Amino acid sequence: MNIVKDIGLYSLLMYRVFVKPDRGRMFWKQLPKELEKLGLASLPIVIIISIFIGAIMTIQTKLNTENPLLPTYSTGLVTRDTLLLEFSSTIMCLILAGKVGSNIASEIGTMRITEQIDAIEIMGINSANYLILPKITAFVLMMPFLVIFSMAIGLTGGYLVGAFSDIITTADYLLGIQYAFIPYYVFYSVVKSLVFAFLISSVAAYYGYNAYGGALDVGKASTNAVVNSSILILFFNLLVTNLMLN
Amino acid sequence: MIEVSHLFKSFDGEQVLKDISAVFETGKCNMIIGQSGSGKTVLMKSIIGLHRVDSGKIEYDSRNLPDMRMRDIRRLRREVGMLFQGSALFDSMTVMENVMYPLEMFSSSTRLEMENRAKFCLDRVNLNEHSYHLFPSEISGGMQKRVAIARAIALNPKYLFCDEPNSGLDPKTSLIIDQLIYEITHEFNIKDLNDFVFASELYKQVKKINQ
Ligand SMILES: Nc1ncnc2c1ncn2[C@@H]1O[C@H](COP(=O)(O)OP(=O)(O)OP(=O)(O)O)[C@@H](O)[C@H]1O
Ligand SMILES: [Mg+2]
Repeated sequence: MNIVKDIGLYSLLMYRVFVKPDRGRMFWKQLPKELEKLGLASLPIVIIISIFIGAIMTIQTKLNTENPLLPTYSTGLVTRDTLLLEFSSTIMCLILAGKVGSNIASEIGTMRITEQIDAIEIMGINSANYLILPKITAFVLMMPFLVIFSMAIGLTGGYLVGAFSDIITTADYLLGIQYAFIPYYVFYSVVKSLVFAFLISSVAAYYGYNAYGGALDVGKASTNAVVNSSILILFFNLLVTNLMLN
Repeated sequence: MIEVSHLFKSFDGEQVLKDISAVFETGKCNMIIGQSGSGKTVLMKSIIGLHRVDSGKIEYDSRNLPDMRMRDIRRLRREVGMLFQGSALFDSMTVMENVMYPLEMFSSSTRLEMENRAKFCLDRVNLNEHSYHLFPSEISGGMQKRVAIARAIALNPKYLFCDEPNSGLDPKTSLIIDQLIYEITHEFNIKDLNDFVFASELYKQVKKINQ
């Protein structure tokens, strides 16, 4: 029952969000701020996680495929495809759901409980549109860059394993990551991430916008936002993969 | 003139407003008094459509708010200023930006004119230049209330709603704010709907609710 109510309220909110802004100028003023806060500020965590996962994946793959029958390029190839297909989009978005989702939900939730949203409404402004549209737009715009960046950094992480240890040679690795490269995988990953970016930002906005009560409830809203957008990411991952890779 | 008749409002089965009727006349300070939790805030928010009422009429010069479409409600709200119980200043903006916000949103004047208007309003509530670039978290509760008043009057509202303009303030500051609202009402000839927990001799009309 609750899920039906949530979907209904969510749709109603989105219906209010996606209209032409009252004042275009105010939208363009908000957008760069959000691009910075949701996109640029996420770069450090994307870099750190990608570089480690790239390195670890290379080591693991190499250790688990110690078979003389397998070609030497297989480690690089497996690392690359895992990064491109799943890690840099799905796993990265699950992590960003934690960071960006809780950020959006708590910011909007706080504005709700301290009556700032009422104050916007009372001026005759569509608060959903004013507050949420720049956030969704900014995050969806930034996502492809974050994903492609994560791919590049992840691959670099694998290379560093070759450069600084004797687990794998850089020559083998470089051959592997170029072998049978399918550009469509990058496209698929970017499309997926756009869907995830929309889910993370809109679901978090929904929970924040409908928060009621006190500081504790803002915490709850942000937990709900992270948990539910993570579940939705996994579900939509299945859906989009079925559509695009089958 | 705002005419409220037979207003009912409940939250999840809990009846908060029961058959409220009142008339708020133009150019007068009208006051609502009632115990804590009696529904003063709910009544005010219902009158401006922040809460959807269960039944009853809210007529702004014979335009009934519950019947109005969202677009018309928004237009009506541009004639309204409201001071919230907790000030509700935007905490990501400075004092100046808070007062500039409604102007930037709706007025078509130049930036300089807007700044002058904002300065005028801040000056009106006795806030000096020193505080313009501070954030709401960096100023005192009384100053926050005064900034909120300045923001509420920035667009020259026809109706000014004040929800406990002087709760939590010391007697001296609260007297200053009383005086301020009284003066502003006369200066701007606005309809003023004040939410007070205690009576003050400045207010001529008293509406009692729920008790
Ligand atoms: N959004 C809401 N959802 C559910 N119940 C609410 C909501 N807003 C207010 N109430 C309930 O309505 C009643 C009246 O609340 P209201 O805030 O109007 O009181 P008040 O008269 O303004 O009190 P105070 O002087 O303490 O501010 C309270 O019992 C409160 O629990
Ligand atoms: Mg109240």
